[in-house]
Amino acid sequence: MTADDRVQSEVAAALGRDVDANFERLVTTYGDRVFAFVLNLVADRFVAEEIAQETFVAAYRALGGYAPPRRRALSIRAWLYTIALNRVRNRARAREFSASLSLDDALPVAADAREEPSAHAERAESAAELRAALLRLALRYRTPVVLRHIDGRSYAEIAEILDQPVGTVKANVHRGLALLQADYETRNHAAD
Amino acid sequence: MLQTELRTLRQVRAPEGFAGRVLAAVGLVERYALVETPIGGVYVAWNEHGISAVMPSASESAFRRRFAERFERPAERGELPATLRRVIESGDAAEARRLRYDLRVCSEFETAVLRKALEIPRGQVRPYGWIAREIGRPKAVRAVGSALAKNPVPLLIPCHRVVRSDGTLGEYALGAPQKVTLLKGEGLDVARFEREGRAGIRFHGSATTKIFCLPSCSDMRRAKAQNVRTFRSEGEARDAGYRPCKHCRPVAA
Repeated sequence: MTADDRVQSEVAAALGRDVDANFERLVTTYGDRVFAFVLNLVADRFVAEEIAQETFVAAYRALGGYAPPRRRALSIRAWLYTIALNRVRNRARAREFSASLSLDDALPVAADAREEPSAHAERAESAAELRAALLRLALRYRTPVVLRHIDGRSYAEIAEILDQPVGTVKANVHRGLALLQADYETRNHAAD
Repeated sequence: MLQTELRTLRQVRAPEGFAGRVLAAVGLVERYALVETPIGGVYVAWNEHGISAVMPSASESAFRRRFAERFERPAERGELPATLRRVIESGDAAEARRLRYDLRVCSEFETAVLRKALEIPRGQVRPYGWIAREIGRPKAVRAVGSALAKNPVPLLIPCHRVVRSDGTLGEYALGAPQKVTLLKGEGLDVARFEREGRAGIRFHGSATTKIFCLPSCSDMRRAKAQNVRTFRSEGEARDAGYRPCKHCRPVAA
């Protein structure tokens, strides 16, 4: 069991006892992760925050309707990602996310205290380019690539989140990464 | 390497105040209200874990600032639940014990001290050393004092009922004069407590029951004045044939 899994089962056990008393812990434990996951899918800070917030509000409402044994048995991480993903899909259906990104949108790349400001800006710029490239990728490839290569989830967990066979997930991750690589290289060469 | 670059996108934090906004959106935000008490208006804050703060403050804005400084989260004005208002206004110890408290800012030791202080009935006092002994840390008398000074919910957890054994009332998180006001208001004979303390009197005994108590124990108040004996030490009381009270537990078992 990894440290991550241990935290997950602790949070699930706490929610099993008392949702109201432990909901804050759920938000502080997974807030950054859910926000990062959504941001990497939509590449827009404002949309990402809205969706991340809606995700936790929906989670709170759902938890209220679950009996304690069901709450204790939850794979919380995958469950939250599934809720977030449904919301991302709904929005994507309503309107395609803009593929044009300003430098500002890339600022959430953590600044290293020892790093020169110019180096941070450069890194932020390359993060922005990367997010832009991700955004050009179809959602069916973007999602598994984000989960596997950014968030570091296992194929089994991604299969659970996407409700797909592991084989499909693996194929889509590889295909997505290849498409991303090709797109990214083309753009970079074009810029040279 | 693309995979390495992708991994850097993981280092993202949710925007400032994200958790607070989510909690507010589901109605789990911390609330506060102003309550009148014998020592003036105090702000009381509560959340889903229980009552989290009791703070006197000159103004609402000063309270909000102090609260945010100490607890590192905001609180919004709310309507005080009726039960909470009743308990604060009546100072009823049994009811205060039934309330839930959010003591997450306290260490395990501090929590044990505060839980023990909660057992002291209205109008009675216990020495710092009594708490130390009762929680199984007889040598930690000074630490008991520090823990009580940090009590996040004074008045409700009655740290004002913990006093020095030398006849002085000692410090209080909300001010030493306020401690006198509160204890007098609860019916403690403060002048007598101080007089006897200075004279070295530590225990009262009942000549009829042959039981000795801490001076403010309610069992002693039932004894007729002419039957009350005073003792300076446990040895003196035991030599006179008295045994310790089971309610106030004046000495180590």
